[in-house]
Amino acid sequence: MPTAPVTDPQGNVLPPGREGNTVVQWIKENLFSSLFDSLLTVISLLFMFFVLRLALDWVFNLAQWDVIAANINILMKGSYPGEQVWRIWIGLYLLGGIAGINLRAWNRELNRSTVTIAAIPLILALLPFASERARVNLIIIQGTIVAAYLLTSVAKEKRRRQIAAITSIFYIPALIFLLEGFTDENGIMPLVKSDLWGGLLLSVLLAAVGIIFSLPIGIILALGRRSRQPAISALCITYIEVVRGVPLISILFMGNIMLQLFMPQSLPPIDRVIRVMVAITFFTAAYMAEIVRGGLQAIPKGQYDAAYALGFSSLKSMRIIILPQALRIVIPVIVSQFIGLLLDTTLVALVGLYDLLGIGQAILSNPNWLGRSQEVYVFIGLIYWILATSMAFASQRLEKTLGVGRNYDGL
Amino acid sequence: MLSLVRYMAYAEQTSTPLYRDERFLRIINQVVVVALVAGVLIFLYSNMVTALRTQKEVPISYDFLNDTAGFNLGESTIAFTRTDPIHRAMLVGLLNTFKVSIAGIVLATILGTFIGVMRLSTNFLVSKIALVYINVFRNIPPLLLLIFWYRAIFLKLPRVQEAIVLFDPVFPVYIANRGLFFPWGTATESWYTYRWILLGGFALALFVAYLLRQHGKRTGRMPLVTLWFLVILLAVTVLGYVILPDPLEITKPALKGFNIRGGGSVSLEFWGLLFGLVIYAAAYIAEAVRAGILSVDRGQREAARALGFSSFNIMRLIILPQAIRVVVPPLISYAIGFTKNTSLGLAIGYTDFFAITGGLILNNTGRAVETLTIILLVYLTISLIASLILNMYNRRITLSH
Repeated sequence: MPTAPVTDPQGNVLPPGREGNTVVQWIKENLFSSLFDSLLTVISLLFMFFVLRLALDWVFNLAQWDVIAANINILMKGSYPGEQVWRIWIGLYLLGGIAGINLRAWNRELNRSTVTIAAIPLILALLPFASERARVNLIIIQGTIVAAYLLTSVAKEKRRRQIAAITSIFYIPALIFLLEGFTDENGIMPLVKSDLWGGLLLSVLLAAVGIIFSLPIGIILALGRRSRQPAISALCITYIEVVRGVPLISILFMGNIMLQLFMPQSLPPIDRVIRVMVAITFFTAAYMAEIVRGGLQAIPKGQYDAAYALGFSSLKSMRIIILPQALRIVIPVIVSQFIGLLLDTTLVALVGLYDLLGIGQAILSNPNWLGRSQEVYVFIGLIYWILATSMAFASQRLEKTLGVGRNYDGL
Repeated sequence: MLSLVRYMAYAEQTSTPLYRDERFLRIINQVVVVALVAGVLIFLYSNMVTALRTQKEVPISYDFLNDTAGFNLGESTIAFTRTDPIHRAMLVGLLNTFKVSIAGIVLATILGTFIGVMRLSTNFLVSKIALVYINVFRNIPPLLLLIFWYRAIFLKLPRVQEAIVLFDPVFPVYIANRGLFFPWGTATESWYTYRWILLGGFALALFVAYLLRQHGKRTGRMPLVTLWFLVILLAVTVLGYVILPDPLEITKPALKGFNIRGGGSVSLEFWGLLFGLVIYAAAYIAEAVRAGILSVDRGQREAARALGFSSFNIMRLIILPQAIRVVVPPLISYAIGFTKNTSLGLAIGYTDFFAITGGLILNNTGRAVETLTIILLVYLTISLIASLILNMYNRRITLSH
């Protein structure tokens, strides 16, 4: 039933009361709006109190963090030889450069979140437990980010994304070359067998290799699946559905055991890391194909028709008109896929690689660190969580700003 | 082939040369691609055959499936000893996979729905707690989660002699670092009659539920179908148990020396796998449930309220039936994902299908090609069946729309 309007003593109808935005009113509306609501608030507070007390008590009183401090180096880089660590740092400088270029190229889409991402090395350098050497290196990385950002500003706006795409794609092969080395023991870059790579370095590398190399295969599979030539689409569908239908661990086992069998016997044995990389790439390609297909489906038919009407051949219209738009839309999904893949790379510990989790297990099997499993696993979980959340944050920003036809908003 | 002949004939009649006829080029293109793929596959396969011949001198054969296994399995729903054939060990593994999958999918759906509804609560704290849960557990590797539960929590439970005992003496449950032990019944002679009674009760409940549903559709007043279904099922279960002379002989677990005897038990490997995967999957299911409920137009709720529906009935008759169409398809794909993820049991020694076939059997027999082929085929079959169900469901909901 409508209530009578509120009037002042003269009989004038008063304007509606202002929406309260005081703290008290906010609390009343969001925490104690009804009896049931109040009950929920009390239960939630109690729950939070107990969980926080348990967690804080564990972190500050019970947990013995010496296991992390003593092993931080191998957790980060595995058994990579100590005197060659400068190569990893150079790889990270380059990564800083790539990050700087990409931030400049996409800065309109990333807007404010850009600053937080760009400052990660500086934040890490300020952490109390960072060593002197790590601090210097992190500041250099910060420097390369800023330098690359400024240098890219010189380039024309249209060229920036091209530069970003090309440098990003060539970064991973360059990094692998840098880590692997090419000279003998006395040279400047002695060979470091990939079996020695490990820790966080290996985890991130596996995920990055998986994404970068699966992209071209995924595009081909997606185009093949949409092809009107039945034999080709049947082949692609079979590949995609078979790979998506089996667990990653079975593909890893196959790569680890059977890849060697598939190669001609004259070839030298393949490193375990390479075998796993191949398996991850072929696994991810099937998922990548579905992502790209999603992007292709989102392109309005008019784009195809217009390209056709302008006399583009189907190959050319795909390359110049359709694919650039489709890939642009799916960038956030690819980022999510990268996050998922990063979390999935923990499975390589089951085929004997020393990724972050594998190294953690190896540390725990050392009798000196018996009974520290909670500390090690929580630390590893925290690293994964920080990496995944920060990337998810960036991808959500991108998702809001990238969309079909955004370029044509000006019309 | 016929179409190719027809094109050739067609091409002769027209002025377009064959090499520029798009339809002809399309066929050539397909032939070339298929030939290339087949060539690569044959190359790989022949390499494999030569490698196997030179290295091990054993041709590919599946006869080893009938050999005796030679290993024992701790966790098994069917009788299994070391003299049983290998294919029976695979069956044990498959059943273990189904056991943990079904339990896990049910639990994850319940937990996920609960958290998804929490996320939509108007209460600020409740909603934020759900948000933190979703954010944390979606961004941690599931493998790490289940290893954490198993190694860092469950294996640190007290030894059997100092087991934690709950609900003693009515329903004693022992929790120790070797498993969870609880009272359990063993079948007596009347169990087989009881099984038929249960089946009959289920059929009766189903029939009554169907009648009630028809009645509800006819009169427009939908009774609480699920509730009646459960009541009838429960009534038959209890009645049958009271009438028959003890269909089950209940034994309680008790400490005997260094072991706990009697009752039933569930291994910690099972719990570790279950906890890790359920917590991970629930975070995804929560998001699906939330999206489903949000997909129902606000106007639906308001219209129902205007018609005088109670808030319980709005949920039951208006929101849920519409939300469920949006929730079920992702739920089925999460269920497929869950089943595939149970293969992570390998990491903590849960004897699921993958751990038995790709671990024990592969290591014992050395037959990598055969075991991996079987693994791929089995998981593929499970996935395909689940996708078929998904497609059928999708078709049904679009038709009735």
